[in-house]
Order: sequence, then C-alpha cells, then structure tokens
Amino acid sequence: MADSLLLNEEQELLRESARGFCSERAPLSLHRKLRDSRNPDGFDRDLWRQMVELGWAGMAIPETCGGYGFGHTGLGLVLEETGRTLADSPLVATVLLGANAILETGNEAQKAELLPRIVAGELLLAFALDEHIVHDPGRIETAAVPRNGGFVLNGSKTFVLDGHVADRIVVAARIGGGSGDPENIGLFLVDAAAPGLEITRTIMVDGRNCANIVLNDVAVDAGALLGGSAVTPEALDRVLDIARIGLAAEMLGSIEEVFERTLDYLRQREQFGVPIGAFQALQHRAAEMYGEIELGKSLVRAALAALDDPASGATRIARLASAAKAKLSEVFFLVSNEGIQMHGGIGMTDEFDIGFFLKRARVAQQFLGDAGFHRDRYATLHSF
Amino acid sequence: MSGALEQFRAETRDWLEENCPASMRTPMPPEEVVWGGRDAEYANPDSKLWLERMAAKGWTCPLWPAEYGGGGLDSARAEVLAGELARIHARPALTSFGISMLGPVLLEYGSHEQRLEHLPKIVRGEIRWCQGYSEPGSGSDLASLNTRAELHGDHYVINGSKIWTSYADKADWIFCLVRTDFEAPKHQGISFILFDMASEGVSTKPIKLISGSSPFCETFFDDVKVPAGNIVGRLNDGWSIAKRLLQHERTMISGFGLAGGQAEGGGASETTVESIAMRYRGDTDKLSDPLLRDRIARFRIDSEAFALTSRRSAEESEGGGPNHISSMLKYYGCELNKRRCELLLEAAGNRALGWEGEGFDADELSLAREWLRSKANSIEGGTAEIQLNVIARRVLDLPDLTGILRGKR
Repeated sequence: MADSLLLNEEQELLRESARGFCSERAPLSLHRKLRDSRNPDGFDRDLWRQMVELGWAGMAIPETCGGYGFGHTGLGLVLEETGRTLADSPLVATVLLGANAILETGNEAQKAELLPRIVAGELLLAFALDEHIVHDPGRIETAAVPRNGGFVLNGSKTFVLDGHVADRIVVAARIGGGSGDPENIGLFLVDAAAPGLEITRTIMVDGRNCANIVLNDVAVDAGALLGGSAVTPEALDRVLDIARIGLAAEMLGSIEEVFERTLDYLRQREQFGVPIGAFQALQHRAAEMYGEIELGKSLVRAALAALDDPASGATRIARLASAAKAKLSEVFFLVSNEGIQMHGGIGMTDEFDIGFFLKRARVAQQFLGDAGFHRDRYATLHSF
Repeated sequence: MSGALEQFRAETRDWLEENCPASMRTPMPPEEVVWGGRDAEYANPDSKLWLERMAAKGWTCPLWPAEYGGGGLDSARAEVLAGELARIHARPALTSFGISMLGPVLLEYGSHEQRLEHLPKIVRGEIRWCQGYSEPGSGSDLASLNTRAELHGDHYVINGSKIWTSYADKADWIFCLVRTDFEAPKHQGISFILFDMASEGVSTKPIKLISGSSPFCETFFDDVKVPAGNIVGRLNDGWSIAKRLLQHERTMISGFGLAGGQAEGGGASETTVESIAMRYRGDTDKLSDPLLRDRIARFRIDSEAFALTSRRSAEESEGGGPNHISSMLKYYGCELNKRRCELLLEAAGNRALGWEGEGFDADELSLAREWLRSKANSIEGGTAEIQLNVIARRVLDLPDLTGILRGKR
C-alpha cells in the first residue's frame, strides 16, 4: 500500500505551531534586519535558542538518539514554514545536513557524543562537500592522508553553508582512489579552530551565510572519521538526498509564500480602473503557476513520506529526491520571476519584500544540485 | 489493514482468479474496448463473458449503491478491488459515459425513479449514452446554447443541433442540455434532459477528423418528443448539473495524463517514451541525444508528480467526487499527454510520420494518429483556456473582469 500523501493530525498541529512561531518570532522583517545590520552570525542566536526549545533541532532524530522522532516529514514541515518567512537559522546546515550525516554514517560512540548536543542546541555544524562552482559530488579532490594513526587533510571547499559559525565542520575528503571515483570518500569531523583551517565567510545574494574553506595540512585523529571508514556511495547519496528533499520542502514554503503575496497584489493593485488580477493575461499565468506548485507539493510530500517509510529502497528515494529537487528548482525559478514581473516597478525596490524570494530562489536552486544536474541523475536512475 | 478488509481481498482475489478469462488479462487493442449498448459488438467473445460476470456483482460501478445495481462497496473495499484488478492486469470490463459522467450526476440530482430506471442498465452495459452539450454556435460559451425544448402538455418538443457528440451514431440514449426558458439570462434557462436516440426526429452525421477517424458526430433534433418527466433536477436549473457533470468529465479526461508512467516510477516498460526513444535511436544504456534525454526526463518527472497529485486529490476528497483540483488536473493531464505524443513523434523520427501502407508497422502508424488525436485533449471537455479561467476565478479567487465591466455599465 502506498504511503498517504496527506498529513496526519499530529503533523497538521506541528505545521500550525511552526507557522505561528515563524510569523510571530521570525518574520521576514527579521531577515531584513539581519542583512541590514550585517549581523556577523547571519542569524539571531536568541531565536535559535527558542527554536531549540521547540524541539526543532531534534525533530528528525530518533528518540533512541536523544531526539524527538517526528521523522523527516516533521522536519520537512518545519522547513516549509521557515521557508515562508525566509527565517535564518542553523536548521539546514546543522540539523538537515550535519545531524543527518552523523545519524546515517556515524558509529555509536559518535552518535552518542554528538547528537544530544545538537538536539540541545550546543553544537553548530557545517557540511563541506562542494569544491567546484557547481554541485558535483563525484569530483571530490580534497585529500585525507593517513599519518600518526590519524589523517592529514588538504584541499579547498566552497559554498559551505554556515561554515563561518560552525563549531565543527563535516569535511568530505578522499582517502584513496582518484577524482571521479565514487568510492573511498570519508566524512571527517574537523574542529573549526583546528590549525591549518582557513575559513572565509562569503556573503551571498540571498543573505544566506556561506564560506570558502581551505585545508592546509589539517591534522585530525582517527576518531574524527565518521563511521571509522570511507562511506559507501549509497550512504553518501542518502545523506545528500535527505538534505535535497528537506531543501525542496523549504523551497516549497518560499514558493507558496511568494505566490500568495503575488495573488494578493493582483487582487489589490488597480490599473485601467480594475484590479489587474481581472486581466486574463495575468490570470492564466497565475493558474499555470498554481498547477506547477501543486505538482511540486506532491513530490515533496511523497519524498518525505518515502524517507520515513523503512520499506523504501535506496533507488526509490534517490529518484524522488532528484525529481523533487529538479521540479522545485524549476517552479521556484518560475514563481520568483513572475512574482517580480507581476508586482511591476514596486517589485524592483529594495523596500518591498518580494525580491528576497528571487534571491533565495537562485541560491536554493544551486545548492545540492540544480534542475539540470537532477534531471540528468533522474534519467540515469531510470536507465535512459 | 483490518481483518475484514483482508478477508475481502482474499475473496476478491479468488473470485477474479476463477472469473476473469485469461484473454482479459492481456493488453487491450482499441477494437476490443467494450462500450456496451443495444447493438454492442464483441470482437472477443471473452469480453462479453467478463462484462456479464463483473456486472452481476455490480463491479463495473463498485461504489454505486447495490439498490441501483452497483457494487455497494465503501471506498476502502473499492480500492482493494481496483488493486486486485490491477494486479492481474485485468481489462476494464466496460467503458462508458454512463459510468464516468451521467451516473454520478443521477446519483446526486436524479429522482429515485430515474436512478432505478437508468443506473442498472448502465452497470450492465445495456444502454450506451452520449453527451449533448456543444453546439455549432456554443463551444467555450456553452451556456449560450440554442437547442429549444418547448412544453406541449405532458411532453417537450426539442429542436436544434449538437456538435462534437462523441459516438452519437452508436449511442442509445443522450443526456442533453436544452433551453427551456427563452427569456431568462442564459445560465438560468437551461434544463438537463434524457431521451432515447431512437426517437423520431433524431439524426446523426459522423465528422471526419485530422486523425482520419470519426469518433464525433453532428446530431440533429427535428420535433423530437420527450416525456416531461425526463428532466433531471429542477426545470431551468440544468446549468448546475451541467457544470457538475463537466467536473466528472474533466476528471476522466485528466486520466490521459497518467499515460506517461505511474507514481512509483515503474520498471522498464516497453511502452515508455524513453524505451521507445532508445529503441528507435539504437541506444542501449543511455540516450545519445542529450537534449531529447533532458526533455524526456522533465516529462517523466512531471508525469510522476502528476500521478502523485491525482492520488493526493483523491485522498483529499475521500471519494467525495471531483474537487477544486479537477480543473487543474484536466488542464495539466491534457498538456502532459500532448507532450508525450510530441516526444514519441520526435523520438521515432521519420518512422512516426507514416500515414498508411506497407512502409510502416501498425505501432508506427498509430504514433501519428495518436499524436493528431491528442490535440483534441485540450479542447474537449472545456478548452485549456477555459480550465485556466476556472482555476483563476474559482481556486485563486481572482476578480471577474466581465462582472466588473457589467457593474460599471
């Protein structure tokens, strides 16, 4: 029997509470304030403490590991709501990427040490994978060479979300094999203060906080290697797919918000003596967007449900992850562009909020693979 | 799953094992589709057997009440039945506009007597129905229709003509929109009426289409006498029934969009766009044309998302019939099917462009015909543009320009 695509009562309540919290405590005006004040963290630490108190940091972590066991759907619903107000927080880097990397590839000792600290909001993480201008997990060249019972890391990373504030950085590095070899990749937990680590914050167009990282002979002990050995390509894919699906959920929230704001404007703005939303040229474009958004929502719901279903095979999850990330990237592109166009001149002003969604759209599209990357992967997964 | 439901599944499986003929578990060629009716023809005798057995259990219409000949199943059991039928790749025992369009509105608006008279015959495939909606001057502006029904004592006299009446030349009865109040505003003078196509004064003329086939007809009514009791619902209130029926029709047509692949991604079926493309292009593990490959991937993702959305929509309405999403599904499903046909045409190159004769096999010839036929998808049952209007107004709550201008006049 296929998983239901509807939310249960508990999930509906969770979403309502997350929506209420975001609109009250993390509205879009806070995102603007953080940007305007050039906040060094890029997020509000007090707000993060409140999110942690709500259990958001442990949402998808099983109760046996100190979390709250709301599953990937639970975390996805929270991300959908933070996406609506573009709330800045460590949720994506620390919880979606970092915690899941530890949960999926760490050994028992690593999980026991790290996960409860994440749930308690005591530890911020970043996930350093990409080395090129586009996402390409198949081309990792950062090297990890065994030395003195540990490893020495050399290489450089880019587009590392929250890299400038993380306490520990999960670095993907090659233990053996050559560039392009999907095997022999290790995930290393590197202390942000480690000698030889150079972290440079990069301020992105959407205000999302990334960093470039250079590793010059960074020495780590053997216990820093998650799981004690290289990760299988399947395990690395699963970590990335969980993050892609969560990101797609966040994108869905942003898309719904920008669409609703645009519809409101179409109903209110008058030209030629009538609301512009009465014009068929705009109505049809809005109706087409509605269809695309509904399709995107179904993919997000199905992908989250598949992650929470223990019977889902790796191929099914990979296909849904790529379908969701490809589709949501396209829809966010469409809806953010139309949002600006349909707002006309006012949409071009910094004072108006709609432009924030356009900026977030492009960063979210690039992160963890754009639509072209995922359509190629989807085709390969379907053997064509 | 509950024990009772499991037991129903086991019984259903056993019954199907015993009663579904082997040839009814094979892919159905178009000429073997069973439409029923007084003059029903069965290219395969097993089709008749299969229909009779399914109809005896009411399973051609599993959700309809047993009192009207239906299966009387709840939605959970109907889902089990559908699952078991799919499991053995059983053909639909009966395809009919009575099942997909008329039946649901009779259950909602018809009198007990009307249901008793018509529904069991639909379940058993005894009467084949056609739809009298569009007229030569009334396409997208359907409510402007001019076919007149005038009351003479205990019956109406109907005059006018319909167009694009699917299979009117093969149908036994028609459900028809007629004008019964000639003074009222256009939406308020229409009634929904049922009559026998064998009545005196009814004639039909098939229309040849660009695909070469003639599924549609012109239908003429010349002083056709119809008993007054054949009106469904209230006199002059036919427009609300007409719109409701259109929702059912759109849900049926949106099913075309499911042809591109099932939600779960399926296996390497021989009929998927990508497998046909690879066969024609001589590619083995990867499509060599990267642009075609990308377009097929985008199509496949949209098909998968569409199938999931159809399922979500059904779950949201919990078997309560079409909901606000039905116009969107109709619009998107038709666009998807047109995309599928265009991709197949492109994938098979000049092999897909044959019209007739020896140079092409039957599958190749059907590629071109199916592609031509698909162009009607976004016209029939309300054009793509009408669906977008409905979505904008009813779902997105955008203002109605016509109404605003009327108010200002």
